[in-house]
Amino acid sequence: MITLEHYLFLGAIIFTLGVLGIFLNKKNLIIILMSIELILLSVNINFIAFSAYINDISGQIFAMLTLTVAAAEAAIGLAILVVFFRNLGSIEVNKINQLKG
Amino acid sequence: MVLYSLTFYLFSSVAVLSALMVISAKNPVHSVLFLILSFVNASGLFVLLGAEFLAMILVVVYVGAVAVLFLFVVMMLDINFVKLREGFLQYLPFGALLGIVLVIELGILFLTDRSSNIYNNQTPIQPIINEVENTKMIGQILYTEYFYLFQICGIILLVAMIGSITLTLRDKGGVKKQNIDSQNTVDASTAIEKKKVKIGEGI
Repeated sequence: MITLEHYLFLGAIIFTLGVLGIFLNKKNLIIILMSIELILLSVNINFIAFSAYINDISGQIFAMLTLTVAAAEAAIGLAILVVFFRNLGSIEVNKINQLKG
Repeated sequence: MVLYSLTFYLFSSVAVLSALMVISAKNPVHSVLFLILSFVNASGLFVLLGAEFLAMILVVVYVGAVAVLFLFVVMMLDINFVKLREGFLQYLPFGALLGIVLVIELGILFLTDRSSNIYNNQTPIQPIINEVENTKMIGQILYTEYFYLFQICGIILLVAMIGSITLTLRDKGGVKKQNIDSQNTVDASTAIEKKKVKIGEGI
């Protein structure tokens, strides 16, 4: 018997893996972007599981909005990555101090 | 019902394992491929939950567009990935501890939060699969109740498109461009230059 908690656990595990990916690959900007995609995937799993178990279609609409935002984020993130690589010849996160923040 | 459980465990375990490989693979190309595997398995889970449209959208948008974009960028940039992995093991114990704590806390939250009535039924809840097909239901509600959100999505995508184009557009020197403003403001005094030419000489 698969209950809602199963799906929530799955979402939690994938979310944690995404957060861990940001922790462990502190230098590689591409892996960090992929980890963000994983986090958004876990959000989608939660949305759709709730939508199915509560029988409310709105959750699927919000999952679609999340997909849109994730796609836009990936596009802009990769564009920034390409510009950054063109300027510095590296994608190490700890070299991003151009803004002197 | 047994088949449903088996399918759930198959898809979810492959999704979790490939998510683990995404963050631990040495080669970023392998990472992107495992990300694709993770997304395909997640879309299988969406089918199990009765959200076929979202499953198809996930495959089309993620596997077809976003993952290919990642692959393209990984292969386009010439990066020494071995150097980027320095410090991975250094943070591993702390990171693993933090991850375990996070999962346990979230699990405790799910298992003990019985105060809300949403999933507090005594009868075990099943994913409810309706007679009306999923795509039709989404269409019926997306273009009526959530129409403004739908349009805002379009604006977000437009802004993202313009942003990424302006970020990566490089102005190469030496390219001749048409200047429409100056073309339109041309009049006789600036366009024509009168010169007196003496007979037998050039200009």
